This record gives sequence, structure tokens and C-alpha cells, in this order.
Amino acid sequence: MTEFTLNCPIPFDNSGHITMAHGGGGKIMNQLIQNLFQSNFSNDVMDQLHDGAILDFSGSKLAFSTDSFVIDPLFFPGGDIGSLAVHGTVNDVAMCGAIPKYLSLSLILEEGFPVKDLERIIHSIKSASEKSGIDIVTGDTKVVDKGKGDGIYINTAGIGEVMPGVEISPLNVSPGDAIVISGDIGRHSIAIMAVREGLTFETTVESDSMAVNHLVKSIIDSGVTPHCFRDLTRGGLASALVEISQTAKIHIQIEESTIPVLREVRGACEILGFDPIYLANEGRFISFVKKNDVEKVLDAIPGSVKIGEVISNEKTRVTMKQPFGPEKIIDMLSGEQLPRIC
Amino acid sequence: MKYLDEYRDRDTVLKLVDEIHKITKQKWTIMEMCGGQTHSIIRYGIDELIPDKIRLVHGPGCPVCVTPIEMIDKALEITAQPNVIFTSFGDMLRVPGSNGDLFSVKAKGGDVRIVYSPMDAVELAKNNPENDVVFFGVGFETTAPANAMSVVAAKSQELKNFSVLISHVLVPPAIEAILQSEKNEVQGFLAAGHVCTIMGYEEYVPLCETYKVPIVVTGFEPVDLLQGILMTIKQLESGQYKVDNQYTRSVSQQGNDPAQKVLQDVFRVVPRKWRGIGEIPMSGWTLTDKYTNFDAEKKFGVIHTTADEPADCISGDILMGHKRPNECSAFGTRCTPENPFGATMVSAEGACAAYYKYHRFQTELA
Repeated sequence: MTEFTLNCPIPFDNSGHITMAHGGGGKIMNQLIQNLFQSNFSNDVMDQLHDGAILDFSGSKLAFSTDSFVIDPLFFPGGDIGSLAVHGTVNDVAMCGAIPKYLSLSLILEEGFPVKDLERIIHSIKSASEKSGIDIVTGDTKVVDKGKGDGIYINTAGIGEVMPGVEISPLNVSPGDAIVISGDIGRHSIAIMAVREGLTFETTVESDSMAVNHLVKSIIDSGVTPHCFRDLTRGGLASALVEISQTAKIHIQIEESTIPVLREVRGACEILGFDPIYLANEGRFISFVKKNDVEKVLDAIPGSVKIGEVISNEKTRVTMKQPFGPEKIIDMLSGEQLPRIC
Repeated sequence: MKYLDEYRDRDTVLKLVDEIHKITKQKWTIMEMCGGQTHSIIRYGIDELIPDKIRLVHGPGCPVCVTPIEMIDKALEITAQPNVIFTSFGDMLRVPGSNGDLFSVKAKGGDVRIVYSPMDAVELAKNNPENDVVFFGVGFETTAPANAMSVVAAKSQELKNFSVLISHVLVPPAIEAILQSEKNEVQGFLAAGHVCTIMGYEEYVPLCETYKVPIVVTGFEPVDLLQGILMTIKQLESGQYKVDNQYTRSVSQQGNDPAQKVLQDVFRVVPRKWRGIGEIPMSGWTLTDKYTNFDAEKKFGVIHTTADEPADCISGDILMGHKRPNECSAFGTRCTPENPFGATMVSAEGACAAYYKYHRFQTELA
């Protein structure tokens, strides 16, 4: 494996304030991670820049990841903050090629939060845990003064066992690999926005929030040797591809017409001026596998589609072929996408 | 998806491209007026599909871009006042004023909220009687009717805690300013389809006749844009100059009569400063006396300040069609969407931002 360290020489600008863009999954968030977090905590494991850490414990490999969940509304079509808190961390662990086993659960509750809602969220966590096949084994609860929290914040951390013979890393991705997406994109973002902003469609768009660990396992059980997985959360498909291209120093080429997007999601994007490839998902991931393994992945995951290939390691970039016109270079956004005026 | 797929159809696009190649004999410069059109042209590479003889330049029709820095400064000043809920469409929030943007005021505790309709701001005022709700009324003729309706609704509901910070601008005076410029090279215009959906296109007829330029009302999809270009080139090659309508599925000659009636009731025409360009006579709207109580500038007494673009920003030349983004020495190096110098980089729909997003760094590509 190529040695890879990222010590960014750019001094961190500490003159401003944190804005929403620092958590938006785009360039500004990445700058914060690189220039403040990574520069202070750099180590061999973190510098892999993957969804979770893969840790070597005298021969056995563990995957470890954590995620915090702050979402408005707490309940949305297709899920709630509870199921999301399980799926998010389970998926991060699964992206390491691991079988997630145990989760911790920390709750920060705001004074005045209805116990009924908390109960509903806890039941949802229970159900999502059972479906994902993990156990909640430790936890913590804190309460903050009224007005100092958004009802409830959740943090989960998860560990899992890396499947034997599986070695997942963006650094393993190389020319000749194909990229398979596990399903249609953008539903989570649009479902949340529809509830939060009162946008209505002909049919209700449901979040794609789900645990994908069973899908990852079926890929590996089908005999495929995956090179990398990446779940498509904040920043969407585009940011995931750009991150991997930058870490592996490769040229990824995708084909726009192959990317599955639900009709309602496309419609909402047209109205709001959004590009679906930047929308957040909570139950979608991409797999980088050898081209001749593609069919097996497609068989293992119903609804999955091959969207592109790694075409060279001469340039570090992501490009998208369009039905006509020139190939488009895909970049990370600065911060979040903002609904436009007209 | 209906009304979308057929206007992005590969075969139709290639057929139109072929037809444009066949009829183009001379060199022409055409300006698309709207930021949405610019974005579409660059996204789909329309400028690379058409003959080299046709130079597309990008006009001042991105409302976020042309909103003067002073207006952003006023917005920041209002937002900083106690009990104010400042509401805006999302893309205004990232635009820097002289001292930060609305996002940074929000980060410091200001109550800034994204709304999807000005009527949401009226609703917010109704539900928060203890707060002053201000809506940032920005845009061209397209967004003006909804903004006007919010003022009408607030008046009829006797809401004292709702006001609008108005920065409305108009397309025809901008076209005239471009045509009057000594450096002008624009020979034909693609007018913005949605603006004409509201206003119709009768007001473009005198412009065509006075300046002998074709103006084609055009939509926003690849097929629309190529049809608009084809119709413009046909006129140019045959020496014609008239208003043509490509966007017939939405635009009629007279436009939307009820919308225009509301506009006449709520707004009166005034001179407006355009970011990057300067003041254009009678090129914007402000509230009529009947609705003056809803004018946030008056209500909050925000001081009339002036602010200028950095000296090495050429956004004025870009908005007037004299230059293109990648002809600027700061483009993509010192000036980026994270650190925008001026008008055309501040909004995602600005010409510089579109060139940056789709990596049009080399001038030879443009």
C-alpha cells in the first residue's frame, strides 16, 4: 500500500466564526477537517480518510466509527432521528468491510422535551438495531437548559469486525475499477426539506435511510473482492467521488444518464436549483470493484447500477459524461446547496 | 419527466446544432440575459457545440449578482437590530457585503431564515407579533409579483411588523444600457423567458427598432437555448431585427395581466444601482406611496452608504458583455466562490461562478 500522509502546510485561519457550511459536507468542511483536526491529530489510521477507522488488534481487525445526529424535523417520512442514528453509524462501520456488532448511544436532551417523543425515538432505535443485527451496549444521557438544544441530539459510536480477507481503503482503488451505486439518490435530502419547508409533491418522498450492512455482506459473500465502499451522506455522490479521487489520485468517470434519481426528486431539484449528485442520502453507498465483478454486485443488490469507472491515475479528477456536449468536471461544493431566487 | 426530457433530448439537440452550423456564415456576438440561461449554457456546453463564429457573452440577469453591496450592507444592518427576523431566498445569504455576509450574522446570533416564498415571511410576521419580520425582496420582473403580493397581503392583514428590503431591477433598461455602451459588441439578445412570462414582450419592440438588434425570448433548457440561438442567427444573417418568441409554451405577447396589475399597484419605477455596472436610469422598482410603510429601508432608517467592488474585479465588463469570466486575471486564482471578488462570482448563477464550477479556466475553450 502506498504511504499516504496529509500534512497541510496552510495555516488555519482562526479569525472567523463557524457557519453552517462548516458542516455541509463540501470544501469548507473539508478545509476545517484538514487544517484543524487532521493537522492536530494526524496518525496512520486517521490519515486513511475513510468513513471509519480500521484497527489492528493482534491479528484481528476491528472497524470503529462515530457520528452525531442533529436533524430538524426529528420525525420525517421514512424515518426519524433514532433510526438515523443507528443507520448512520452502522453504515460507516459497514463501509470498512466490517460486520457491525455493537453501538454506544449518547443522548443530549433539552429541558422540556416530551417524554412521549423520546419514547418513540427509543423504540425506533430498538427496531433499527434489531434489523441491523447490532446491540446497543453502552450509553450516556445529559440534559441541557431549555433553549440550549434542539430537543434532542444523538451520538452513536459503533464497532464491528472486518470480514476475513477484506481490505477496504480508498488507496486500493485503481484504474480498471468500476463504480456501482446501491440505489437512487437524493431522497433523504428532499424528504427532510419537504417536511421542514412545507414543500409538497404529488406523492410523499420517503427518506432512503436504511442500514446497508446486509447489502455489503451480500456483496462480499458473492465472492467479490471490494476495493472500497463509501456511503453517500452529506455532500452526496459528488463529494464521495471527489474525496476518493483525491485520496487515491485517480480519474473517475461517471455517466450522468446512468445515475438513478426518483422522478419527484428530479422535479424538486429543478424547482430549487439543486443538483441531485450533491444531495445527502442515508442509505446509499458506492462500491469500487474490479470490472469483471460488476455483475456479481448487481446481482447481490437489487436496484444497484453501474455508474462509472476509474479510467486512469494520470489525473486526479472526477468527470461526468453527459448525453451531449463536453464531459463535465465534478467538484465539491463550497458549502451547502442553497435554494435559488428564480 | 414531461416539459424537461423533451427539451434535453440528445437527437433534437444535435439536429439544432447541425442547423445552426449550416446557416452561420458570419461572426456574431449574442448575449443571453438570464443567469439561469448562462448556467445552462455552461453546464451543457452549448457554447462548445455551436460554431466558433458565434460568441456567447453573458448578461446581467442574475439577480443575486447585481444586487449592490450597499443593499447587502443594509440587510446586515437591519439583521443586527434586536427582535428582527430577516428572511431571504437562500442564495442571497452567501453574498458578501462590505463586512461579512448574512450567514456570518446568523453565526453571531442574528435571526436569519431561508424562505421559499415571500408569503412565508408574511406568515412568520403573523405568527411572531413581537418580532419585526423583514423580507429581502430581490430579483427581476420574475420574482416581483410574488414579492408584491406579500406586501398586499401584509397590508390587507394590517401587519405592522412586516416590511420588505427592496432591490428590484428591470431587464429592458439593462439591455438599453448595454446597447448604449461605447464598447458594445452584442448584436442579438436571448431575452429571459420567465421575465417575459410576466411582462410579455411588447416593451422589447422599441429596443429592436431603435438599436436594430434581434431579441428572441428564450427558455432555459438546451433545446430552448439552441432554438433561441438559431432564431437569432437567422435574423442576423438575413439583416432582420425583431422580437421573436421561442418560449411559446409560457410566454404571450401581453404577458400575465393580473401580475402586471399588482406590480403597477405596488411598485413605481426608479433609478437603481446595479452591482458591477453602476446606476442605470429608471431600471428598478421601489414601493409606491400606498405601501411605503412596508419599506424596510425607511422603517429601519438604514444609512445610505456606498461601497465598491475591488479594483481588479472585471464583473462590470462581464455583465455588459465586453469580457468573459476566464479573461480575468483573478478568475479561479485570487477570486473563487469561497473568496469572491465581485458580482459575477458571488452567486451560483453568476457567469464567473458557472465558469468556475464547470472548470472553464482556459480562454481557448471559451
